[in-house]
Amino acid sequence: MTVRPRAQHLGMVGCRVCGLVVSAPLQSDQRSFCPRCRSELQPRLAGGSARAWAFWLAALIFYVPANLLPVMDIRVLGGAQHAATILGGVVDLWRDGSHGVALVVFVASVLIPTVKYLALVFLLLTVRHANGWARRARARLYRWLEAVGYWSMLDVVVVGLLVSLVQFQALGEIQPRAGILFFGMSVVLTMLATQSFDARLIWDGEGDDTV
Amino acid sequence: MRTHPSLIVCPHCDAVYRRPALAAGQVARCGECDAVLHRAARLDMNGWTALTLAAAILFVLANAFPVISVGMQPFRNDATLWQATASLVHGAWAPLALPGVAVAIVAPSVQIALLGWVLLFAWHGRRAPGFRLAMKALDWLRPWSMLDVALLGVAVAAIKLAGMAEVAIGPGLWAMAALIGVTAVTAKGDPRWLWEATE
Repeated sequence: MTVRPRAQHLGMVGCRVCGLVVSAPLQSDQRSFCPRCRSELQPRLAGGSARAWAFWLAALIFYVPANLLPVMDIRVLGGAQHAATILGGVVDLWRDGSHGVALVVFVASVLIPTVKYLALVFLLLTVRHANGWARRARARLYRWLEAVGYWSMLDVVVVGLLVSLVQFQALGEIQPRAGILFFGMSVVLTMLATQSFDARLIWDGEGDDTV
Repeated sequence: MRTHPSLIVCPHCDAVYRRPALAAGQVARCGECDAVLHRAARLDMNGWTALTLAAAILFVLANAFPVISVGMQPFRNDATLWQATASLVHGAWAPLALPGVAVAIVAPSVQIALLGWVLLFAWHGRRAPGFRLAMKALDWLRPWSMLDVALLGVAVAAIKLAGMAEVAIGPGLWAMAALIGVTAVTAKGDPRWLWEATE
């Protein structure tokens, strides 16, 4: 099979912002800018995967307290006070009989973040120890991460809504707890990590692998 | 620096192609990594302008009418999109309100405003003042605009509260749902054609 030409081999760059294809000087010490939108042209994102690794690690660190600490404190009128963690919120919904919603929240708040951490580290490791293995599948995995990652913001929105809706009511009290801030930070950081990963790295070194 | 308007580079794998001629609504995919290379706009400038105007109106409606109302007789608390997300901004829990406000209010409204501004001038074949900055901002904002997540959030919050209060859905919620549909092709879509349309 013939290898399709890559922009980098032809001395070209596709602008990430406006899509214009430009022949750009390849010296790495010289910065060049898109003549149309003036964004910096980067044949590959500067610093390789270092930035993505940094965001990934920071996100992972925030993810621990996000799950261990309660995200809110619920005091129903005439009922007991109870602190809910992310996972606890899912269990509560399930126990109240809202199985469908419990499942949705479980997918957005537990499943997607977990899969995202694993998938990101998998992508980062496989581009580092570059080989031609399953490139298409890895590219697809990355696009999936980009497409679904932001749904994890669901719990942040829900806690914010619950707190503000119940705030001035006589029917009880819902107070946010620190866990939700850690959770929100970790979601934002994983989104930044995903954005900082250069998917083009998956395809680099194509000529020199499995012959 | 030479530019190659007839070429297209896959943003996900760097493969180079000749720009395909597509009919409206057709999508060209990369033969290597299967990413979307180029999506021929389903709508022309009229369509984009109409949808952007519709989005602006729907956004106002979602903030003028309650999306949800919570209460126990005789107390009811009607909350618009703005009230539901932003009422914490002034309290000690402001940091908690900020992400919600950013993704459900700020990002979508700025997107709609920027698109409207750019389209207003594009109608006359011109680039609006600040066109570059507006287009960059639109590109940057896209992943952070999350009305769909906010809508699901309202639904989940409504179900969680149903156990302790009377919960009703307001007309603002339908405006919000329509807004998501309308912005799916514009604000959340690909406005890159505007670069060529205003050249």
